[in-house]
Parts: sequence; C-alpha cells; structure tokens
Amino acid sequence: MSTDTVSNATSTPDVEQPWAELGLKPDEYQRIRDILGRRPTSCELAMYSVMWSEHCSYKSSKVHLRKFGDIPQETPAGKMLAGIGENAGVIDIGEGYAVTFKVESHNHPSYVEPYQGAATGVGGIVRDIIAMGARPVAVMDPLRFGPLDAPDTKRVLPGIVSGVGGYGNSLGLPNIGGEVVFDPTYLGNPLVNALCIGVMRHEDLHLANATGVGNQMILYGAKTGGDGIGGVSVLASETFAEGGPTKRPAVQVGDPFMEKLLIECTLELFAAKVVEGIQDLGGGGLSCATSELASAGDGGMRVSLDKVPLRDASLSPEEILMSESQERMMACVTTDNVEEFLKICAKWDVQADVIGEVTDTGRLEIDWHGERVVDVLPETVAHEGPVYNRPYARPDWQDDLQADGAEKLPRATTGTELRDTLLKLVASPNLCDKSWVTDQYDRYVLGNSVLAQPEDSGMIRVDETSGLGVAVSTDCNGRFAKLDPYTGAKLALAESYRNVATTGARPAAVTDCLNFGSPEDSGVMWQFTEAIRGLVDGCIELGIPVTGGNVSFYNQTGETPILPTPVVGVLGVIDDVTRRTPIGFTAEMEGHQLYLLGETEEELSGSEWAHVVHGHLGGRPPAVDLAAEQQLADILINASRDGLIDAAHDVSDGGVAQTLVESALRGGVGARVWAPDGLDPFLFLFAESAGRAVVAVPRTEEVRFTDMCTARRFPHAKIGVITGDSLDVQDQFELPLTELRTAWTRTLPAVLS
Amino acid sequence: MKIGVVTFPGSLDDADARRAATVAGAEPVALWHGDADLHGVDAVVLPGGFSYGDYLRAGAISRFAPVMETIIKKAGEGLPVLGICNGFQVLCESHLLPGALIKNHHRKFICKDQPLRIENNRTAWTSDYDANHEITIVLKNQDGSYVADEATLDRLEGEGRVVARYLAENPNGSYRDIAGITNERGNVVGLMPHPEHCVETLTGPTTDGLGFFTSVLKAVVSS
Repeated sequence: MSTDTVSNATSTPDVEQPWAELGLKPDEYQRIRDILGRRPTSCELAMYSVMWSEHCSYKSSKVHLRKFGDIPQETPAGKMLAGIGENAGVIDIGEGYAVTFKVESHNHPSYVEPYQGAATGVGGIVRDIIAMGARPVAVMDPLRFGPLDAPDTKRVLPGIVSGVGGYGNSLGLPNIGGEVVFDPTYLGNPLVNALCIGVMRHEDLHLANATGVGNQMILYGAKTGGDGIGGVSVLASETFAEGGPTKRPAVQVGDPFMEKLLIECTLELFAAKVVEGIQDLGGGGLSCATSELASAGDGGMRVSLDKVPLRDASLSPEEILMSESQERMMACVTTDNVEEFLKICAKWDVQADVIGEVTDTGRLEIDWHGERVVDVLPETVAHEGPVYNRPYARPDWQDDLQADGAEKLPRATTGTELRDTLLKLVASPNLCDKSWVTDQYDRYVLGNSVLAQPEDSGMIRVDETSGLGVAVSTDCNGRFAKLDPYTGAKLALAESYRNVATTGARPAAVTDCLNFGSPEDSGVMWQFTEAIRGLVDGCIELGIPVTGGNVSFYNQTGETPILPTPVVGVLGVIDDVTRRTPIGFTAEMEGHQLYLLGETEEELSGSEWAHVVHGHLGGRPPAVDLAAEQQLADILINASRDGLIDAAHDVSDGGVAQTLVESALRGGVGARVWAPDGLDPFLFLFAESAGRAVVAVPRTEEVRFTDMCTARRFPHAKIGVITGDSLDVQDQFELPLTELRTAWTRTLPAVLS
Repeated sequence: MKIGVVTFPGSLDDADARRAATVAGAEPVALWHGDADLHGVDAVVLPGGFSYGDYLRAGAISRFAPVMETIIKKAGEGLPVLGICNGFQVLCESHLLPGALIKNHHRKFICKDQPLRIENNRTAWTSDYDANHEITIVLKNQDGSYVADEATLDRLEGEGRVVARYLAENPNGSYRDIAGITNERGNVVGLMPHPEHCVETLTGPTTDGLGFFTSVLKAVVSS
C-alpha cells in the first residue's frame, strides 16, 4: 500500500476515510477537514481520532472541569507549583521539597484483560510522576468490582490485583492504601484507579514542553509495538456492547522491568541537567506526546517517524502514531547534551533515538521515509478538539429514590440481634478484611512507609532527618453519590480529608478520578455536573485546591451505568512522622479512654447496614458539614502533635461498630463501650453520620483533651475504655475478638482462594 | 567498616540495605553490577528486587554480571556475603549456595510479617542472635519456595547450615520450612525474608532484622 502523503490528500479529496471506525462523529470529521482545508491524510486522521477521543480531549467534561479553576490555587501547606493541565499537580510542602500526586483510571482495559489492564494503569500514572522530575515514592489503588460471589468477579478481581501487584512490586514502589469495594453496578465495569505520589526538590520540577529551535526530540524506553493501538479512541470512549467483537488487541502489555529502568534513567537524566522538557507516552502514544509537547512549546516540531524503533517492522505509520506501547518517554534535548543523554540511557540499557527536532514553523510536521504524512498546527490536535455541552437533567427517578429512606426499615433491637447484625456486617464484602488483596502488594520497599493499609491513610516519610512526611487517602461512597451526587461528592471529599487528618497530617490538596456512565445519557451527565459542583464548593470551603485528576466516562453495561463514583484523593503534610496516629488498640493502651468525636444522627440511608441487611438503596445521604470537618481535623492534628491521643480511627462505612472492630483487631486489644446518653444503641453502632472519629486518650491526658474539645465547642462523648480481648457493648452483647477476627477475615479467602 | 550493596538492573531494596548498614553503624557503599571492582568493601549484600525482571529465572542473568565474578571469587576467600530474596536467588544461581528458589506454591506474590527461628547463630551474619532466637521480619516474594534434593536437604540439616526456618504457617512452600541457609564456611548466607526492612520501629514491623547487619560488623572486626 502506498503512503497517504499530504500532497496525495490534497489531490484526492474524495477518498473514503474510516473516520467512523476510529470513533469520530460526522461533524468531527468535517471539522478536521475545515481546519486543514483539505481531507486529512490517514496519519493525520489517526492523530485527530486519538486526540479528539473522550479519553484524551475531555470533550464532554471540559466545560465542567474548568470550574476547578475557581478554587483558590493555594494550599495550607504551601504554594501550588503546577496544577491541572500538567502531567500531575505539584505542591510545595516546605524544607525545599515538593510533592506531586495524581490518580487516573484504567477501567475499560482492566475489564477486557484484567492483569495487563491493571498493570499498565500503574505504569501510566508512575510515568506521569517521573515526567514532572519527581521520584515516585508510593502508589495506591482504589478498586471496585461487581458482587464478590459473581462468576465474573472471580475472573476480574484476581487478575486485577495481581496486575497491580505484579507491576508495582517490580518497580519497587510501596502500595500504601486504596480501596476494595463491591457493588452490582460494577459487574461489567470494574473500576481500576491508580494513584502515584512523587517527591522532588523544588529545583527539579520539570514541565512538558518542547522549546528552543534546533533542540532534538529523543524517544527513549521500550520499542514501539502493535499493542494498544487505538486504545483510548476505541476502548475508553465506547460502551461495551454485548456480542460485539473482541477488543483484546487494543489493550497494552506492560513490562515493569523496563519501567524501573526508565525511572532510574529519567531521574539520572534530570540530575545531569540534560533535559529541557519531557513527556511520557501514555494514552494517545506518539500522537499525544508530539502534539502536546509542540503546542506547549514556542515553535513547531519535525519528526521522522521511520526513526522510531519498532518491535514489529510491519507497523504502518498510522499504527506507529496510534500505538500505546508502554514504557516510552519523549524528551527535548539541546544538541550539546544529546551525547550525554544517550550515554546515560546506555548505562541503564535503555534504547534512545533522536527522532525529530524543534522548528520555527509553528507546525507539527511528520515524515515517513522522506515523505510528509502529517502537516498540522499542533494545538488543533492537542487542545482544539470538539467541546460538548452535553445535555444534562435530573433523572425522573431521583425524587422517588430520595423519598425511599432506609430509616424506616426494621432494625435490630435486642442485644442478640445487635450482635448478629454486627457479625453480619463485619463479614460483608465491603467491610471485611482485605488482606487477601493487600498482602499481594509490597508495602515495605524503600523503607519510608510509616503507615499503610488498613490504616486511615498511607503515610510516607520524605526526610529521614527532619521527619517531614506526607499522607494520602482515597475515598468514595458511590451509594451516597447515587442518592445525591452533589452531597455524595462532598462526602467523598470529607471522608478523605478526615482520614488524612486522623493520622495526624494536615490536608493540603486534592486529586480526583471521576468515574461515571455514558455522558450521552442526560441523567449521568447531571450526576457528573452535580459531583463537580460538590467538589468545587467543598474544596473552596476546606481551602484546598484540586491539583489534577482524570475523568472516566462510558462505565456502563447496556443502559445501566455504574454508581456515580467520584473518587477523591486528599494529600496531607505532617511535620514529624513520628507523631503519626495509628488506628490500632494495643496492649500499651490498656485503660485508655475512648471518645467519640462529632454528632451521631439518625442517618442510615445508603449505609452498609441498609445494603447488607436489606439490600436497600434509597433516601438521602448523611448531611455533610465541612466547617465541622475542619474543626474535627484541627482537633485530631493538634491532639496528635501534642501527644493527647495514641490511636484514632475515622467513622465511615459500617458506623462506629466497624471503627471499633477494626481498631481492636488491628492492635489485638478489645474495648468495653457504651452508647452515650440519649443515643439509641443501634444508631450508636451503625449510623453513618459524617464528621466523626473515635480516639483513644491516655488517662493522664483526658482533662487536656476534653478541655480542648470543650474550648472549641466540638461534640465529644466518652464511649468506653480499651481493655480485654473482646468487644463488650455494655448491656447489649459481648463478642470475643477471636470470633470477630474469624468472621472478618474469612470472607475473601472463602471465595477467592 | 564498609558494606557494599550491589545494584543490578531491577534491584529494588538496594537503598533499604544501604540504610540498614548505616543504622548498624557501617558505611554503605553502592556497587554497580557492571563494575567488577568491589571498592574495598568488607562485606557485600545482594539486595532484593526483580533483577532483569526475573524474566528468565530469578537471579539467572544477574549471576553473570561482572561484579559477581569478583564476589564469587572473594566469597571463596571468606568475604561475608548476604543474599536477600532476589540476592538469595542470585547466590543459588551462582552455586555459592545449593538448591534453588521457585514460585510460591500458592502462585501469588506475598507480603507479610513472618516469624522465623534463627537456627544457626554461628555465621558471619547471625552471630548477634541467640541460639534458636525467634524473630519476626518482613517476608515478600514471588519466587520464594526453597527447593533442593533430599540428599542436599539432609546434608544442610546435618551440618547445621539451615540458618533460619519459618515458624507458624509455611508462607511459600519451601521444603522443610527453610527460610535461609549458609555455605560450609558460614560467610555466605542466603535469606528469603527481608531483615533490611526491619531496622526501625517507625517503618518496619520490628527491629529484629538489625542483627544481621550488626553481626557482620563483629565478624569483620574479629577476622
């Protein structure tokens, strides 16, 4: 087949082109023709189709995401050094350090090929972090699956977990947190979100652009192969239709060993100061890297596509432009530094080739064996894709759903019934022990993991001398978001914020992964806009900015979308990690007083209790009071710093009962507890009101601690004491920890082993 | 007193091993796989990781690195060498230690806090432990199942060369619950669990791993 050159395209305007198969709509194809003033070449068509896909262009979400810009771009820890639009957001955490973090989705590939989909999800987010100039220091993976006992879950879950572990473990990055959640709506659409945290010195920050006429463009890392061709345009931007053709070839295949070399090699390149700008090749491959680097620069770019090293010599130029082969990076390097650059790559056995240079034409020109196959303005590819104002409307069923509250459902009343309810909840898939998953992840490598799952947040020591550290938690209750997406998004933010503060760190910044159904469904689009409105309002009120994130649409099977799932990751800073607060009740804490902070209301709608005991979802989610969350965070952070508490655990899914069970089993010591005056024992144990935490206070600090709460007029009630080897709910029931542990730990192994 | 830590392509716990050397009071020296010079170190640690991605067989390619030629030679002359996890695999592939490490019997990567018994406290790396000292350190591996033929296993047991044995549940299917072994001279030790992750209470489950690094300091001083 002869090459479709620019001159060929000009002279043959009427050739039929496969724009529909590449995921473009008729008006989008026409727009490309209008921009170029001719039909696109097949290579140009490949580039536009990739870059104008939902995944790369955010065409359905862009108008709404802009609202994140309304949040003040300052963090409580320090300046924001890079924000939305860069590979990842960067914030100043003091002592000359900066931290970068971001969460992204890899949902669709993980359904098609669980192991590789999840593995390359980790790989992609790690490259975003190294592209900023940072050393990756930890990963976290919020995962969501269909019902635990569904046959397809047994296919998808083990593959995804071993993919996350297989890739992250081989990179030597500790996995310090995340989530494992089950809900029927995720059955055909598992959610694989991957978060990475990186650390750098301020002066090491690098932004992705190609500037300086004559500078050389170097492609380094793995060779380009035929895997992942059209991944974003075809896979991530379409709904899975039953009976459709298999899409396996569109999933990428990961090589973590190459990525580990790429990390060390890239950090050495930065340290040697031989890099002007850098970008990873992820979704969109070379189409994305060349057009984004060129449009962020001050000139143009010329690339010889035939210089790209190939794993498969039969690849066409179109395929090379679309390939999403993993473990590749592109750098802009001055001619003086090329030799040194190539030398460092050779030291790490990393292939590197000069494939182009920065020009002064303002255009992106790509040649294939001397013939021009692409001649475009790079910004038309990278940034001027279609923008949709998708119609959105509150679904008809929303009122009925909200009217159907769980508060009216029958509840356990006697001690025996409460005991049975607790055991049932503790053993339920969402609340049970997740060690079957997390024991497949290395949480110790690098030696700086101060806290890891099942703690409230993962915490990493940044500086061994000063003890400066960061903590991150990811959270979302999709059921709350379904009941009310605005409040649900705020609740996700509040929970993540609270989890970070509970460990003693001050929340500073947010990343989010917005997982939703089809944007072509006006109800889904309403959920999406409401969730963003909730996050923006919430962040403004809490005074923390969104530094970056990702949108994943089309998570639905047929007409059924997933629960709206705006996963929120909050990053906090702690001056001295030795002051961190763990969740466990340990032998040294025998006799410590337990306090419940915050108000408990009759809030059961969307709770685990309603889900597990009644299979019910309806009503309104718990109220969210962000001013109270801030007060609670202040108390937790100050109490941690001043040594007033030795353990703390946030109250969320499953209520106070679950909080107490997790703390007792974590540290191996039980508690004797009671409902505070006037609170019904059932609500005490199982209500899921927000803004609460349980803390363990040494007797010697009790007065100081309660004085602090009283001075701040924050609700606090003594609910018990750490003691013994059982959970004893006075006047109701007593459960030995051994029985609790058996119930809590056996659920996942029983199904998955 | 210098402890060298080799970095192969794909080594992951090299920085941890250097930190452990520092905590024990030694000077850590980074050694590069492609450099046959040991730069005057008094002992060597082959760290954990997935060198060369474990794509052929764990440790099978690293064993041919230039630095290994020198280490194999010096180990024969008594240089203390500790291979942790992937390093243990490299030692077996190098025939400095007998047997081999294969995939865990449950086929999954596992990361947990593992109780062990130190059964030989006469090696260069274990003299700071009491006889039959029970410790808990981090275990994390994919290919951690120690295997050897019956005659070799009997010989290791008979000569007291089983350095550490798993307590409680066998985590990976290792024959006779073996977690670590030594050579006849006691200067080369291979260990599947990770003492280097257990040198600080802040970041490890215990500080039970520090003894490996303090032991070798004494071994070097007294030799």
